[in-house]
Amino acid sequence: MHELSICTSLAAIVTEHAAGRDVARVHLDVGHLRQVVPETLRYSWEVVTTDPPLAGSELVINHIPATLDCRSCGARTTIEFPVFRCSSCGSTDTEVTSGQELLVTSLDLVDPPGGAGRDDATASTPTRS
Amino acid sequence: MGRFHHHTQGDHTHGDHDHDHHAGDHDHSHDDDGGARDVGDHSGYETGSVRVEVLEEILGENDRTAAANRDDFVRHGLRVVNVMSSPGAGKTTLLREIFRRAGETTRYGVIEGDIETAIDAERLAETGVAVSLVNTSNGFGGECHLDATMVRSALPRLPLDDLDVVIIENVGNLVCPAEFDVGEHARLMVFSVTEGEEKPLKYPVMFRSADAIVVNKTDLLPHLDFDLDLFLHHVESVHPGVQIFHTSARTGDGVDEIAAWIAAR
Repeated sequence: MHELSICTSLAAIVTEHAAGRDVARVHLDVGHLRQVVPETLRYSWEVVTTDPPLAGSELVINHIPATLDCRSCGARTTIEFPVFRCSSCGSTDTEVTSGQELLVTSLDLVDPPGGAGRDDATASTPTRS
Repeated sequence: MGRFHHHTQGDHTHGDHDHDHHAGDHDHSHDDDGGARDVGDHSGYETGSVRVEVLEEILGENDRTAAANRDDFVRHGLRVVNVMSSPGAGKTTLLREIFRRAGETTRYGVIEGDIETAIDAERLAETGVAVSLVNTSNGFGGECHLDATMVRSALPRLPLDDLDVVIIENVGNLVCPAEFDVGEHARLMVFSVTEGEEKPLKYPVMFRSADAIVVNKTDLLPHLDFDLDLFLHHVESVHPGVQIFHTSARTGDGVDEIAAWIAAR
């Protein structure tokens, strides 16, 4: 359950970048190898965002597949099952080139500050879940 | 991998029409979200919001604290090893055996992470090592891992100038501890032969994050159906080339070897 820790850190970052404006959506890159359960992350986000400007904001999670680059033959392998081996030549001398991301990429801020847009964003949340 | 894609419906009821990475899911979302709330969201999104690029590591603050910890460890001439395992793999018993044999050669200190109780901290302190306990239920929200801030909070309670090696005994858990850099120099994972051969496949991130893996409780092998070769095959699939030690904290087999690895510079 490190999703709660992640959301606590995330809330601090989003609050800083929002600079007082209400937040509609938070866009994340989450790598396949980061052991994050999206449902748990969304639930944790609701837990830590009960107050403005984050209250009612939504996480948009962009899942990044895990890929390996082979140091022997140069081929790129996308792995779903945790076997870290080149699918082309079978070498285990590989480098993980994606799948370890845990990034905030962007925010959708409600504009103008405190304006009518916020009502739409917050009103939609209860109907979603 | 599919678990992410199975749960993207929530995104689509909010109409992320300009996100290429969700394009593949749109057919699905249109089946079930054609109602008024979809329209409402679109108007809110298109006329009422502005996108701001951020591109920040979510755990960046933890990583900065971990770097500060690492600087302090280097300044005090310490080697710091983060020891991780599932609950009951035998971390504390193995560490007790290591500390008992250390004699004058290596001065150990321990940062002991547990959700509750001082039981393990007391068991380790009996061997004469300095122990700083972090109970994550006490001010850290009952977390199932140690993070860099928790480790930092434990440092003032250790005589860092009088130590050679600091062991961070993490909370027993095969998932979360692997995600948090705490400033350690090396990570050691303790696995016990009572846990099952398939654990590397179930917890690949933990097995990959370890610089060395201890296979503990080997004295029990004659009494178990555990297939050691199959386990090692799975470890090799997940973390090719990782160093493996075989120990029995109960009989003392292999303890000197892992102690030497822990203390090595």
